[in-house]
Amino acid sequence: MDIEKLNKIKDEYSKIIQKKRIMVCSGTGCTSSKSDVLLKNIQDKLEKDGIKNITAHKTGCFGFCAKGPIVVIDPDEIFYELVKPEDANDIVEAVINNKVVERLLVKENEKYVEKWHKLNFYSKQERIALKNCGKINPEKIEEYIALDGYQALYKALHMSRDEVIDVILNSGIRGRGGAGFPTGKKWKFAKEAKGDVKYVCCNADEGDPGAFMDRSILEGDPNAVLEAMAIAGYAIGAKQGYIYVRAEYPIAVKRLNIAIEQAKKLGLLGKNIFGKKFDFNIELRLGAGAFVCGEETALMNSIEGKRGEPRPRPPFPAVKGLFGKPTLLNNVETYANIPNIILKGANWYKSIGTKTSTGTKVFALGGNITNVGLVEVPMGTTLREIVYDIGGGIPEGKKFKAAQMGGPSGGCVPAKYLDVPIDYDSLNEIGAMMGSGGLIVMDDSKCMVDIAKFFLEFTVDESCGKCPPCRIGTKRMLEILTRITEGKGKDGDIEKLERLASNIKKASLCGLGQTAPNPVLSTLKYFRDEYEAHIYHKKCPAGVCKALTQVHIDEEKCKKCGICAKNCPVGAIEGQVGKVTFKINQDKCIKCGVCITKCPFKAISK
Amino acid sequence: MNHCEGCNGCKIDEKLEKIAKKYKNVEGGIISALHEVQDTYGYISSTAQKYLSKELNVPMSEIYGIITFYSRFSLVPKGKYNIQVCMGTACYVKGSEKVLNRFKEKLGIKEGETTSDGKFSIESVRCIGACGLAPAIVINEEVYGKMDEKKVDELIEKYSKM
Repeated sequence: MDIEKLNKIKDEYSKIIQKKRIMVCSGTGCTSSKSDVLLKNIQDKLEKDGIKNITAHKTGCFGFCAKGPIVVIDPDEIFYELVKPEDANDIVEAVINNKVVERLLVKENEKYVEKWHKLNFYSKQERIALKNCGKINPEKIEEYIALDGYQALYKALHMSRDEVIDVILNSGIRGRGGAGFPTGKKWKFAKEAKGDVKYVCCNADEGDPGAFMDRSILEGDPNAVLEAMAIAGYAIGAKQGYIYVRAEYPIAVKRLNIAIEQAKKLGLLGKNIFGKKFDFNIELRLGAGAFVCGEETALMNSIEGKRGEPRPRPPFPAVKGLFGKPTLLNNVETYANIPNIILKGANWYKSIGTKTSTGTKVFALGGNITNVGLVEVPMGTTLREIVYDIGGGIPEGKKFKAAQMGGPSGGCVPAKYLDVPIDYDSLNEIGAMMGSGGLIVMDDSKCMVDIAKFFLEFTVDESCGKCPPCRIGTKRMLEILTRITEGKGKDGDIEKLERLASNIKKASLCGLGQTAPNPVLSTLKYFRDEYEAHIYHKKCPAGVCKALTQVHIDEEKCKKCGICAKNCPVGAIEGQVGKVTFKINQDKCIKCGVCITKCPFKAISK
Repeated sequence: MNHCEGCNGCKIDEKLEKIAKKYKNVEGGIISALHEVQDTYGYISSTAQKYLSKELNVPMSEIYGIITFYSRFSLVPKGKYNIQVCMGTACYVKGSEKVLNRFKEKLGIKEGETTSDGKFSIESVRCIGACGLAPAIVINEEVYGKMDEKKVDELIEKYSKM
């Protein structure tokens, strides 16, 4: 491969991708809503009608997962939501006749919106890591090349290794996987480490529950990660890269394999890339379902074919990592930013975001929010903008209670901090963390003690068992939380939790243990009254913890219709239709809440 | 069909032989080999463990350690239809526990168990990344989103007939 050939492909395919194309989202979300059948129907219809100048393709995640399956008509960028396989004919007819299918457009404020960038959901977004998702067919490397793909690698190979690292350093980009360590520094340490064999690794073991940005990047733009890894390989002096990807992401694995094959075929991976004395190859390694393998040293053990237990640091991976050699490890989203930074320069990147947190961050919006999906915003955007302007607010007229950020290592951000700008430092200050970018919104029907318990269950389950503070400490914390939610909490339990949390944080070997108590600490900080209500008043204010909840029928509102008794699965409601008001036998009641939903007079409550 | 030359001379089929051959000289290849065995047979039998141990030169203790460490590997066969209920945060706040309980109640088995006819098994799994479809489940490779108790009943009926 040389630059002339690359530019030739670029020219040829830029023309192709500017033609009329029907792009069907083929991310995991839309695929499970039958977007694959939809695409086939569209292609069949095109073939049946003998239409050659319009084509249909799969593409990566648009991020608006709540509205999936999504179809976009390029180059007009017409956005269709909730498309069903049987809509194929209408869509094709409309494209042929230069019309739109109105019923499939998104309606905002009583008006149909045609173009996707005009939607409220996208108005405050800035897509850098996700820039190609939704624009290209991820299974065709030529389409990636059409949008400047592999130009950054060419440019980097004509810079000195120090110059490449300087650009990354100056851009200010920090690791998108969790802790936010400056990426340029990592590269520098890895370059300076002594050793003839070095490795570049990509952490695609996206384990934080509620985060799926890495999956979407791998599914929608796998070549961006390959290109960035090759640039990193050149910068630090490595010939071999490994991508450690979750086996739970079959579509991502498939597309990565395709991308690697195509890159090899074009000579963008392999020997003497761009005629330079630079060889680089990439291999995939599949995770096998262990959260701790997202920790860098555990991940390396797993690639080496061992149990994914973390190693003590130092020595840091930059000095002694994979197979005992100096290793550079970044996560998927970090890599996805690199080609852009090399092409457009450090100053461009620095101009986005805040002073200490440059660039953008992708968040996976989930939970009790209207617009579930993937959003990429400049650092420093407030939580309020994300939840209300982009996310469309809380459904069913409920109130925002908290946002859980950073997964099991992070914390809850309560409503009073909705206006705090989201960047690494501001989040740390209020006891949450960026983490990988999971952002789960919770409405006022959620019990924060129960949520803390949920995360502790997760860490207890995922603790690898190597170091006692994490293995035993988190278990003790979970026991205390369980007893609190069962109404058996004792005076002093909160203090015990705090003491345990502080010790586990200080004494654990790896990041998993060191951050495991965070969900408990942050809920204690902001929702202490809920813990106290559970322990001292034996009440769950949100009505979630069953042992602390009683279901009651309001005698005055009860119209003696008997619908509740008919629907009760355990026969716990007694009374006589039309004669005696109904009552709940608390000994029999399992607090399932069916009667509450069935009562036509809203006479039953928790 | 060949025989392993190890302890008991167990029968080794071609697929297993091929897997062992593929990863024999790959650095750290044992986990990749175990993935293929798991995908091919639905579990990792003791015969497969012994054979891989001999061929890839990894001690049995280590192989057992790996299998029991990673949740994807199983020492016992899973059901024909393996139901994975996502217990990620997004699914949890949208009621995945109710979905899981319904499956357990309907099939009369607990997590990690298989029905006596070998048809269904249930697992609770960590985030599958389909948060936009919460609560989500996976049956074999198929993802089902926006689950509720009614859909559980429908799916069980559908798969019972298959």
